[in-house]
Amino acid sequence: MALYNDKVMEHFMNPHNVGEIENADGIGTYGSPVCGDMMQISIKVDDDEKISDAKFKTFGCGSAIASSSMATDMIIGMDVEEALELSNKKIVEELGGLPAVKIHCSVLAEHAIKSAIYDYAQKHGKTYAGLEGFDPNAEEEDHHHIEEEEE
Amino acid sequence: MRQVYLDYSATTPVKEEVVKEMLPYYTELYGNPSSLYGPGLTAKEGLDKARSQVAKLIGAQPKEIFFTSCGTEADNWVLEGVADALKSKGKHIITSRIEHHAVLHTCQYLEKQGFEVTYLEVDNEGFVDPQTLKDAIREDTILVSIMMINNEIGTLEPIKELASVAKERGVLFHTDAVQALGNVPIDVKELGVDFLSISAHKIYGPKGVGALYVKRGSRIANFMHGGAQESKKRAGTENTAGIIGFGKAAELAMENLQSHIEHCSGLRDYFWEQIQENIPDVQLNGSKDKRHPGNLNVSFDYIEGEAILLMLDGNGVSVSTGSACSSKSLAPSHVLEAIGVSITKMNGTVRFTVGDFTTKEDIDYTVDVLKQVVARLRELSPVTGQEGW
Repeated sequence: MALYNDKVMEHFMNPHNVGEIENADGIGTYGSPVCGDMMQISIKVDDDEKISDAKFKTFGCGSAIASSSMATDMIIGMDVEEALELSNKKIVEELGGLPAVKIHCSVLAEHAIKSAIYDYAQKHGKTYAGLEGFDPNAEEEDHHHIEEEEE
Repeated sequence: MRQVYLDYSATTPVKEEVVKEMLPYYTELYGNPSSLYGPGLTAKEGLDKARSQVAKLIGAQPKEIFFTSCGTEADNWVLEGVADALKSKGKHIITSRIEHHAVLHTCQYLEKQGFEVTYLEVDNEGFVDPQTLKDAIREDTILVSIMMINNEIGTLEPIKELASVAKERGVLFHTDAVQALGNVPIDVKELGVDFLSISAHKIYGPKGVGALYVKRGSRIANFMHGGAQESKKRAGTENTAGIIGFGKAAELAMENLQSHIEHCSGLRDYFWEQIQENIPDVQLNGSKDKRHPGNLNVSFDYIEGEAILLMLDGNGVSVSTGSACSSKSLAPSHVLEAIGVSITKMNGTVRFTVGDFTTKEDIDYTVDVLKQVVARLRELSPVTGQEGW
């Protein structure tokens, strides 16, 4: 018996793309240790606006680390536009599912990616439809407001 | 892979001697203790013996022991039962912020029924100050409920002093001693408590059995209505084999109390020394000396508790955590919050409890694994090494 499925456990125990890219084209952070999870994603973007590399550092539980590993795997090789379309639902699907209370970990990954691309766009004077209305400094969503359950 | 169980505060394995005593009561000695023929009387005899064994462990009279289905039931019963019996006298109850949910959630239920509850603050080691209790007692206070040992941080409360404060004002006193039983000497007369909750599965007995000590003559409403079991106070056919197991476990706990305390506290202290020597940026929560002999509650900076738990589990080591992420509610530990542990540290907190079957080799293995797990997760963390993170 395990808390998570094998795929999630594999990404947690042996996460891919750990670290921080030197001279990254964009870095985004989302969440905070106070909320229980925080994710930092750095990306390298090539001349064709393709994400050539992505790395992450995460403070958080098993599913936060697994979501970071999977999300960075997924965006490597994607066009920037395409990466902006990546929803948390897709990340969860690729992981083969997460427990209901852990879905917010995938939301965190989606936001951290958007923040990294936002940073890239700012530094390189780019605009993307997918970033419209996106505020990287917005308060983290109230994903912790779930009715207390008995142990 | 080596399996190391370090969660004895969650539950304990049932000792072989205990199982051996229990088994005949499932097969040959299956009579209903309420029946008046031979097999029933034999079962009744077994119950009586167990009641004496449990009573002896806490210095009570056998008649003052009422078996329940668990510690939680004992807590529910005492709070609801005293509230019901004394509601004409007053509707105020006092407890602390760090109680087990069995007490806290029952108090919340009683608040909905029109009772008023004061939740006493504790200091940064988890102690309830007798003076704070004194100040909180009112004319309409009917019951004080303060746990003996906290289940998360292991703090041993000054129950004798607290009970005497309540007694001076003529207020009944209950203590949840589920974590204390078998881990510190307990004498209900010396402590001066009116009610005390205990459970079998924390002292190497079976799950599904607890007990409430009710001091002779104390007012409390009946909990289960039905037959005449447990002096008509708690109806329902007794869990005979379970109760027999509780009795045997209590007898063993009594015999082994000193060696158990020395074994656990020795390993616990060695474990904490090893953690400090091998892992930087750690903090012990709770009291240094007035503590459950097997409990270590440690915050590991920069990382999250559920991740630590999972990686330890992957290496065969079982622990528990106060991290918000690990609870179904995603709420951090109310105990760590009450003692003022910062919310970031709270999320990186792990509880280890050693017990009778823990060995020094288990601790050495765990320290080795823990060192690697913490280093690995810190490598993954974006806040590692940050000041005031």
